[in-house]
Amino acid sequence: MDNLFLLILTPTIGAIFLLFVCQHTLAKKGALILSLITLGLTIPFICQFNASGDFNYEQSYPWIAALGVNFHIGIDGISFPLLVLTNVLVPLIVLTTFKKSFKGNFYALMFFMQSGLMLVFAAMDAFTFYVGWEAALIPIYFICALWGDGDRIRVNLKFFVYTFFGSLLMLVAILYLHQQVATHDFEWHSFVSLDLDASTQRWIFWAFFIAFAIKIPIFPFHTWQPNTYTHAPAAGTMLLAGIMLKMGVYGLLRWLLPVVPEAVASYGQLVMVLCVFAVVYASIIAIQQQDAKRLIAYSSIAHVGLISAGVFTWNLTGMSGAMMQMVNHGISVVGLFFVLDIIQDRTGSRDLRDLGGIAKQAPRLAIAFLIIVMGAIGLPLTNGFIGEFLLLKGIYEYGIWYAVFGGLTLILGAVYMLRLYQKTMLGTTSERTATFADISGVELYTLIIISGLIIYLGIFPNSLLHISSESLAVLTTFLGR
Amino acid sequence: MGAIITLSILALLVLYLGLFKANKSLLPVSLVGLLVVIGLLINDWKGLAIPLYNGMILFDHYAVAFSILCTVITLLVFILSKGYFTSSSDHVAEYYTLLLFSLTGAVLVNSFHNLALLFLGIEIMSVALYILVGIRKKDPASNEAAIKYFIMGAFSTGFLLFGITLLYGASGSFDLAMIKGYVTSHPNEVSPLFYGGILLMIIGLIFKVGAAPFHFWTADVYDGAPILITSFMSTVVKIASFAGLLRLFTFSLLPLQDFWIPIFLGIAIITLFIGNLSALMQSSFKRMLVYSSISHAGYMLFAIIGVGINSANAIFVYGASYSLATLTAFAGLILVKRAIGSDHFESFNGLAKKNPYLAAILTIAMLSLAGIPLTAGFIGKFMMFSAVMADYHILLLILAVLNAAVAVYYYLKVVVAMYFRGGEGKHIPINMNYVLLFIVTTVLTILIGVYPNCFMELI
Repeated sequence: MDNLFLLILTPTIGAIFLLFVCQHTLAKKGALILSLITLGLTIPFICQFNASGDFNYEQSYPWIAALGVNFHIGIDGISFPLLVLTNVLVPLIVLTTFKKSFKGNFYALMFFMQSGLMLVFAAMDAFTFYVGWEAALIPIYFICALWGDGDRIRVNLKFFVYTFFGSLLMLVAILYLHQQVATHDFEWHSFVSLDLDASTQRWIFWAFFIAFAIKIPIFPFHTWQPNTYTHAPAAGTMLLAGIMLKMGVYGLLRWLLPVVPEAVASYGQLVMVLCVFAVVYASIIAIQQQDAKRLIAYSSIAHVGLISAGVFTWNLTGMSGAMMQMVNHGISVVGLFFVLDIIQDRTGSRDLRDLGGIAKQAPRLAIAFLIIVMGAIGLPLTNGFIGEFLLLKGIYEYGIWYAVFGGLTLILGAVYMLRLYQKTMLGTTSERTATFADISGVELYTLIIISGLIIYLGIFPNSLLHISSESLAVLTTFLGR
Repeated sequence: MGAIITLSILALLVLYLGLFKANKSLLPVSLVGLLVVIGLLINDWKGLAIPLYNGMILFDHYAVAFSILCTVITLLVFILSKGYFTSSSDHVAEYYTLLLFSLTGAVLVNSFHNLALLFLGIEIMSVALYILVGIRKKDPASNEAAIKYFIMGAFSTGFLLFGITLLYGASGSFDLAMIKGYVTSHPNEVSPLFYGGILLMIIGLIFKVGAAPFHFWTADVYDGAPILITSFMSTVVKIASFAGLLRLFTFSLLPLQDFWIPIFLGIAIITLFIGNLSALMQSSFKRMLVYSSISHAGYMLFAIIGVGINSANAIFVYGASYSLATLTAFAGLILVKRAIGSDHFESFNGLAKKNPYLAAILTIAMLSLAGIPLTAGFIGKFMMFSAVMADYHILLLILAVLNAAVAVYYYLKVVVAMYFRGGEGKHIPINMNYVLLFIVTTVLTILIGVYPNCFMELI
């Protein structure tokens, strides 16, 4: 039962059936079962994973012989946590939609995207990677544009064209690298063993970096993000923020760093400045938001700014922190958007000025929200703490001033998160929140699982860290090669 | 060879069937005839081909593959034609006859081994189209299109003929092999006349493929012609012209590539920008497709710029994927226009609610045109990009990438209209023949996109 290809294919096959389900309840149940089957199929991988830094479960089939393309997949310590994160988050996201009435096509798109995401995380062939990269984009575009609100058409078109442009740049870089490979294939192993001169590395760096930076997004490529997040349906935002942006960070770790190490070394400083600037910049904007969803969107930019900075430190501590924080951010952000969605559904508003005093009406929601917020801030005993600690330690090793400004995230993050909590949960009840019903049933269980994960990873971070440490150690050997 | 004869006889037969008012049998006879032609062409697929008829025609793998492609696409166009022509004219037989003659010309262009035959093929192909474009006598747009196409086409053929003459003057032969011999035996002393001839031939052929700066006719002609004729022109004629262009330049003019590659490079860049930026401005779906066909001509020129062993395969795959998607788009347009009465983007509003399957199929076609992975269009684009990457035209690729990002915007405009905009209106009935076409094109589009192996090394 450890066939990786089958695991990737499972959501797609299920999605084809779901596409034709028009009944809401049946679609929900089918989606939950399918996502649980996928999660179940992931378990054997978790049990037998060998964290020695090598690739596990490799599979390679010739795909397009004329172009030298192989369908080559495999997972190592960098991709594995993200693959598991994807398969854990998708059932949770399905659960968050249980109060809504989505048809089968909504869930089908979600599962198509899940397959694309898994393909991205498992690909060891650049062509396969690119296919997964685009295959994940199309469904989320439809999810956001079909079920979004407000100015969804324009916003999502911008998002699509923006990311598509980035991925095409990456395609040019991939083609160039392919041209250099003596065996004329697209294998990751061939790409990383290329010996490129400095000027080539430079432009390849930018081609890859812009593609990934748009997806993550890193300042100044972030302009699509707040609008897209705000106008997407809650589940779409969770997919985007929870999983999709990890594709970009993963791309940095898997493709950018080992392929063009020299260019990373020379542009690292610049990128670090961008990342750290994004942390401060996005935090300050987040503090002033009145729209709660927009606030989380900007906080997300700040968080991934710090994660990317951790990646570019290129030391074991920083990269471990980045891995850890990617998983944490995925869990927290799903929780945050879920709580906001609950609030919006009951009160009809997510404007902080309209809200307040929910804690009195809904203590269970308030407690769950508190745990999630604490996780996002990075309080000890929550998952965010160990991630941010490692990140900042890694960044400190890289340069003290980066750590000083990056460290502002602890203060600014607390400011905007606590402000969010205070304005929604505490204070006096407004007319909108006066009749707020507390969570129960599926909502409660979903939030319990999310809070449980947050606390579990806060207490036992090593369960995650030991998976990736060896692979990251291998990655550090590429530096200065 | 049997294919050309069969096609000519088939065209005449159909004409006579029309004369004797056997209108019901026109389509079946044409379809059967085309299937026979495909069979004959497959039969011509031999290991080693030699030029026939004093070196006039060469049915090598290249010619056979492109001829089959053109014939199959014509077949698909014919499937669509059921009930289409009868609604606008009583003389249905002429449509079929002229389309078949045009296809004959296309097969000649695919298989020429002598410049005289290239000229002949292009003329046979075009003259039939001059009539077809203007076949709706009472429609001013159709008439305007025909006149424009005829006058411009005649000019361009003049250029082509002049070019052929100059090549003949310099090399003393019309034969491709002899011209190749002349170029290789005079490496540094090729006559200036010869260069002039190449330039003039480029002008003539670029006109036919509809690339900038000789593209001005396409918008009005494609727009004015009946949709089905437009779909024939933008697929079969374009592919055949590209096949002819590539054959001429790879077969006999390859040693002079330092001279003509920069020319094509310039043409490709202008074509991409003009095609895409103009398509961006359109409010009519048909005109958008017209300009997108110009930009696709730009991408197909990549195979000639990065000329190499894979160029023919690249054009073949690109041409096939582009034709399948374009045909689907035009078929969808015919249905929508028939029901709503307009070919603007607005007429697609809310189509996904009324006809979810039609909307899904059109979306796949649009994604293929935009070059999204797992559709045929991506494989085509990928091959084109790797063709030019082999010669390190990185700047060209960056420009192409910019254009592809622009293109995805206007292709998505249709998707946006179909899925995200509400619209009143009624369910559009889809005939069986359209269903058949949609199934064939969509399955092929996805098949080539997912597992293109059997199409990639055909030639």
